[in-house]
Amino acid sequence: MSSSAAQPFWRAAGMTYVTYSNLCASLVRQCLKEPYRSEALAREKVHFSVSKWVDGKPEKPTIRTDTPE
Amino acid sequence: MLRHGSRSLFNRASATSMRWRRQFSTDLPVETAEDTKFVESWKKMNPNMDPPKTPSAYMKPRPPTPANIPSKLTVNLVLPYDSVLSSKEVDMVIVPATTGQMGVLPGHVATIAELKPGILSVHEGNDVTKYFLSSGFAFVHANSVADIIAIEATPVDRLDPNLVQKGLADFQQKLNTASTDAEKAEAQIGIDVHSALNAALTG
Repeated sequence: MSSSAAQPFWRAAGMTYVTYSNLCASLVRQCLKEPYRSEALAREKVHFSVSKWVDGKPEKPTIRTDTPE
Repeated sequence: MLRHGSRSLFNRASATSMRWRRQFSTDLPVETAEDTKFVESWKKMNPNMDPPKTPSAYMKPRPPTPANIPSKLTVNLVLPYDSVLSSKEVDMVIVPATTGQMGVLPGHVATIAELKPGILSVHEGNDVTKYFLSSGFAFVHANSVADIIAIEATPVDRLDPNLVQKGLADFQQKLNTASTDAEKAEAQIGIDVHSALNAALTG
């Protein structure tokens, strides 16, 4: 029953639905007219810090941010 | 004094709980039908204890199909940052499903449809409002409520035709120069979205 049925091309290439959907939304935002475009691109900004844990201790975090410090 | 304190506290607590209980948001209206078998077998084994609640008791039952088809469809169009339409009564919506444009009328069978980038048109009397959806899902429930979720939904007049054309040309070029599967997929997605945007602007 769960054979590898016809998958969408993006899933066959290793992309998840979340990535696909966010990519589509990002492309649509980039095609908006001016005042809406800048509001929409402000919605895409992210700010987070990630640190990998090794041997029970966190390593130095990497901060990914689009907001100017 | 302290010895009796705990007893009166206990009595008062159980007395108030029997007389009046604050309404919690997790309160359920009624036990759902699935649980009656479990409840009966529990009561046989253990008549003195209340049966525990099972996960299905916490789920709201599916909306039932009403006997008469309602005259209007209730539409909710929600985005992560805004609810564009919230319980709006309309006559019909046409959603851009991956299997083609799907029209939803009141009384439509319960459906889940994955959406492709395209136009959602909302028909109310003689008015048609069109939104370009970036992709998402449409859930139609048996009680003629349609929930459409998308990440971006813009009215078509907010789209810039020059940017769309430029994007289409860019991605067509990227598809030609793409080497890995991932790059090809991204380029193909770009082409699909921009073609849909183009069709929305010219159609």
